[in-house]
Amino acid sequence: MTETVLDVVDVVKRLGRGAGEVEALKGVSLSLGGGELLLLMGPSGSGKTTLLSVMGCLMTPTRGVVRVHGRSIAGADPEDLAKLRRDHIGFIFQSYHLFPTLTAEENVRLALDVRGQRSRRAKIAARESLAMVGLSHKTKAFPIELSGGEQQRVAIARAIVGNASAILADEPTGALDTQNGQAIMTVLAQIAKDQSRGVLVVTHDPRILSFADRIVHIEDGRIVREEPGERGKEQRVRMS
Amino acid sequence: MLMKFRLASRNLFHDRLRFVATIVGIVFSIVLVTVQMGLYVGFGRMVTTMIDHTPADLWVVPLGTKCFEDPSLLDDRQRFRALAVDGVAEAAALVIGFAQWRLPGGGTTPVFIVGSELRGLGLRPWDLVAGRIDDLSIPGAVAIDQSYFERLGTDGMGASAEIRDQKVQVTAVTKGIRSFTTTPFAFTGLDRARSYTGISPDKASYFLVRASPGADVDSVRQRLQANLSDVEVLTTTEFRNRSRSFWLFGTGAGAALFAGALLGVIVGTVIVAQTLYSSTKDHLDEFATLRAIGSSGAYIYKVIIWQALLSAVIGFCGAAAIGAIVVKATAESALPIIMTPALTLGLFLLTVAMCVASAVAAIMQVMRIDPALVFTR
Repeated sequence: MTETVLDVVDVVKRLGRGAGEVEALKGVSLSLGGGELLLLMGPSGSGKTTLLSVMGCLMTPTRGVVRVHGRSIAGADPEDLAKLRRDHIGFIFQSYHLFPTLTAEENVRLALDVRGQRSRRAKIAARESLAMVGLSHKTKAFPIELSGGEQQRVAIARAIVGNASAILADEPTGALDTQNGQAIMTVLAQIAKDQSRGVLVVTHDPRILSFADRIVHIEDGRIVREEPGERGKEQRVRMS
Repeated sequence: MLMKFRLASRNLFHDRLRFVATIVGIVFSIVLVTVQMGLYVGFGRMVTTMIDHTPADLWVVPLGTKCFEDPSLLDDRQRFRALAVDGVAEAAALVIGFAQWRLPGGGTTPVFIVGSELRGLGLRPWDLVAGRIDDLSIPGAVAIDQSYFERLGTDGMGASAEIRDQKVQVTAVTKGIRSFTTTPFAFTGLDRARSYTGISPDKASYFLVRASPGADVDSVRQRLQANLSDVEVLTTTEFRNRSRSFWLFGTGAGAALFAGALLGVIVGTVIVAQTLYSSTKDHLDEFATLRAIGSSGAYIYKVIIWQALLSAVIGFCGAAAIGAIVVKATAESALPIIMTPALTLGLFLLTVAMCVASAVAAIMQVMRIDPALVFTR
């Protein structure tokens, strides 16, 4: 593991207002390193997605520190947060969130377009990203013409095309069968081999534990356990 | 193609029914505005058609005259005083007034008499399709427009009738000289006009003045104003503007046309705003995704603005096509709808402004978007 790409320290996040207010995160500290594939597991309502949102700069914490490449995001306004996201973070969602009216290639290029990259090189980069996830033959296909696994691979291509240093995935295999789920995790594990990139996966899915370097368990807004994953153990064995 | 434009166009065309509804709304709105503004321009031109066709530098009009059709009269002696003013090359009397045209089958119908010198400075019929100006020098000769044949109960050239118990004969026919009052014009010589309207020989409605070559019209005007009493001396432009202003705003006709146009703009804005708003609402997940992957707020606003502009261009093209048909259909009517290049450009800009303003509600909705929404959908 090299540089820490994302870390949160003693983060508290309250959601809602008045009587409906809940404390979703109760002093969570966690870091994601480059070259690491981290699984965040926990039951529904444990605060996984809230933690992912905070680490992904989609929301700011009520209290605590969030750092991207060591720089605190304190005081950032929504536009600053958007810039942090487009410069450093790629997202993968359970329901893919592809644009149904755009082709696979256009969906990927969109991530570059929001970064102001509109040259021919952007088109080439989008195709290369799709090739990395094994979809070079589906560049012109619309999401409706793709299987769930293929749609998720397009979403991965979109997340990595801008060279984001942190890939945050929310239940990326949740809507997929075992075979497709394994294929998606293989791609993510491949991405996490790059020492400049870290991958954080929120999941319920026990079938993907073997891909993890580290597994963090969260319950009721608190991190309750942390253990090395299979990939992490293998790496340690190889190193020893 | 710009990705923003691509996304906007695909969003727009994705739901065809809503797209059609938007375009129909814009087309109706702009056609309504086109008709109202075209009528405004048409009416504005029609009320000054006589002034526009008079080759005078200056008009001497009775004090307080509001429009060309004003019945006030001038004393003809003033014309001689005008002729004595330095810089005046010509001063000619013009007589106008209503008279009754006796129909061959019985009964009468009003006509608007325009009497002028048949040579030199004067207001004579134009766009003749039969007969000549000289033919009006025959006693009892009148020129009428072919569109009023039925109204006047005539067969055109050579037909006879009576005005104020005096026999008249149609010796010239014009095409397209129509009155916004729908009362037919009857052109004739000066003396006959006085006779048909009951104006005494020493009176006239206006004096038309032509300045000497090289004379400064404004100086001539000031001298005329100083030498003549109970009159106003106006340039042709001033008289045209005064007449137009009276009919458009003094009567409320212009305000009514503007109100109709404003209604069109409001209806169009509401329709486009409603459609863009619901389209944005339907694509909220996509906009939240855009925000999540790091797009700036401005990027999303531009997508919505592109949608609005696309709607505007397509809607305007439809409205322009219908507008062109309406213009053609009313070209020969008593009150034609007129489209000018400036009005067309103005309507296009109005359509764009209307559609962009309509995007505000959608943009406000997107401004409140929470990018974390992507995890909950």
